[in-house]
Amino acid sequence: MADVAVPSPAALDSERLSVESMSLPRLALRRLFRRRSAVLGLVILGFLTLVAVFAPVIAPYDPELPLIGIEDVKKREAPCIHALGCPLDRPQHLLGTDGNVRDFFSRIVYGTQVSLFIGLTTVSASIVIGTVLGAVAGYLGGWTDNILMRLMDVVLAFPQLILAIAIVSMLGPGLQNALIAISLVSIPAYARVVRASVLSIREQDFVSAARALGASDAHILFQRILPNAITPLIVQATLGIASAILEAAALSFIGLGAQPPTPEWGSMLGAERNQVFTAPHLVFFPGIAIMLTVLGFNLLGDGLRDALDPRLAQSGVKVKA
Amino acid sequence: MYRYILQRVFVSIPVLLGILFATFALARLLPGDPCRAVLGERATDAICDAFMERHGLDKSIPEQFAVYLQEIARGDLGNSIRLNRPVTQLLIERLPMTVELSLAAMLFATLIGVPLGILSAVRHNSAADVATMIGANIGVSMPVFWLGLMLAYLFSITLKGTALWLPPSGRLTAGLTVDPLYAGWAAQPEGLVKAGLEFFSNLYILNALVTGNLELLTDVLRHLILPALALGTIPMALIARITRSSMLEVLGQDYVRTARAKGAREWTVVMHHALRNALLPLVTVIGLSFGSLLSGAVLTESIFALPGMGRILYEAITARDYVIVQGFTLVVAFAFVVINLLTDLTYGFLDPRIRLA
Repeated sequence: MADVAVPSPAALDSERLSVESMSLPRLALRRLFRRRSAVLGLVILGFLTLVAVFAPVIAPYDPELPLIGIEDVKKREAPCIHALGCPLDRPQHLLGTDGNVRDFFSRIVYGTQVSLFIGLTTVSASIVIGTVLGAVAGYLGGWTDNILMRLMDVVLAFPQLILAIAIVSMLGPGLQNALIAISLVSIPAYARVVRASVLSIREQDFVSAARALGASDAHILFQRILPNAITPLIVQATLGIASAILEAAALSFIGLGAQPPTPEWGSMLGAERNQVFTAPHLVFFPGIAIMLTVLGFNLLGDGLRDALDPRLAQSGVKVKA
Repeated sequence: MYRYILQRVFVSIPVLLGILFATFALARLLPGDPCRAVLGERATDAICDAFMERHGLDKSIPEQFAVYLQEIARGDLGNSIRLNRPVTQLLIERLPMTVELSLAAMLFATLIGVPLGILSAVRHNSAADVATMIGANIGVSMPVFWLGLMLAYLFSITLKGTALWLPPSGRLTAGLTVDPLYAGWAAQPEGLVKAGLEFFSNLYILNALVTGNLELLTDVLRHLILPALALGTIPMALIARITRSSMLEVLGQDYVRTARAKGAREWTVVMHHALRNALLPLVTVIGLSFGSLLSGAVLTESIFALPGMGRILYEAITARDYVIVQGFTLVVAFAFVVINLLTDLTYGFLDPRIRLA
């Protein structure tokens, strides 16, 4: 679990005062763009987003269409690239064909859509639930806090993937159930992060002020406290997308997640795993695709953590004397 | 120190109870009818009623839970419905494989990850540092099942015929057998002692070392290298990253400067003064990594066709053999809690401020 530093508001304030006319988000962005690894992460993710959006334009074939009888290709053919000397009378398949004679390149391209979708939906779901649980636990304290957090401890006591496997086997295999399982097992991470932030902000003067003005608990929690707890949440979410994509790929790999013919990288790998010795390209490329996507989110997440933590003052920021 | 230990153990108890209930509930919620999953779709109602009664499935849920707790207290994890064998026996056969694999992976991860991290921190911003960090970032982003398949391809196809060839699957070469440790004893052990000895006999490396069986040892190690490499890569990358950042922080502190000013050799400063304090976060990461290691073991065992816990857990889930699912998840979760507890205790041991607070 990523250990996320919670910025102390005191540090925020002094930063705000000392840095000349620059808002915190702008400052964070500047810090982010100064980190080469974070920029690389952004570039990778930007590229993948473009691939996902323009998949119908990029992919030369329908990802789910077997080409038997349509083209003169056999199953599991090695890549044929005209520019690299493949005979021009052969149909071009950049990454070859798979076991069902489908164009593998098109499947990889469409897989980008599936993976980004998986990452964003699971993390959104667990953020919403985790935030509410963590905020309520941190704000109310006492027994509510104790019960909720012990519950989270129980979930955390299981290795994530094993719990996800158990939940999916309960709900039945399928992409939707895999998404539910992954969201459920990632809730505690967000609940903990939010609870920690809420605890540190709850006793601040501006919260007491709001309370003295007669604001309701819900107003104080959601309007006053939570906006201040959002920084560590963003970092946790970015890194969380990376692990969600990996877990979904693992579930699909063992046949519990996305079902064929969906072009999902994990299930593509799982379907061809026994062909690794005869057609290694069918195992190699989906893995590279998964790795690239996860790497993008990991790099961005690390960069965000460094950029959003005001205590890590970086050289080069203009500071008033 | 004792108070600290007691306190930590005490805090773990509600979590353990929660795990017991969660595994119990999880298995009951498995869809489908266990009777027809085992006996086939055409089993008659009368046969199924008898089946449910025999396995205590006709009682109410609270009653079933009470029975379950009593059995656990006696160390009885029930009988597998499908295989009709005690789950404890299956654990004795399967758990040692997973333990061996996890320990080998963790050993590899620590032995490579820590020196890499130290090197990175000492030669901060050098080519070696940048290369290590790029490698570590790629390492944590790799799916373990893909890495396993790629390693299998590299070492058993590309390197075929060379001295580096390694077997792509299995735990032993076919034909090789392993005797239990008590095989040649005059008095055959019974009960718990026998179970314990069987468990340790199934730790093949330990078995080979104790009996001095070199052939067995090399064969087991050759089969273990690839799975351990695959499983250990993610923790290795994590460990390298944490060691680096934690070393960097420590190396910038005043007492390190003082040590250098006193004229201590750089090696002493790094290995003696700095590393000790940098170890703390490392212990946490190693402890937490065991969780993901157990998850990864399921995938690794399936790729390298290793007869460990992960494989049987997966088979049991597809066959709705909830007794195995329950028993194995329980053991994994317990192990996880115990490892976390040990991590906490190590923390207190390494840093007096924590146990005295």
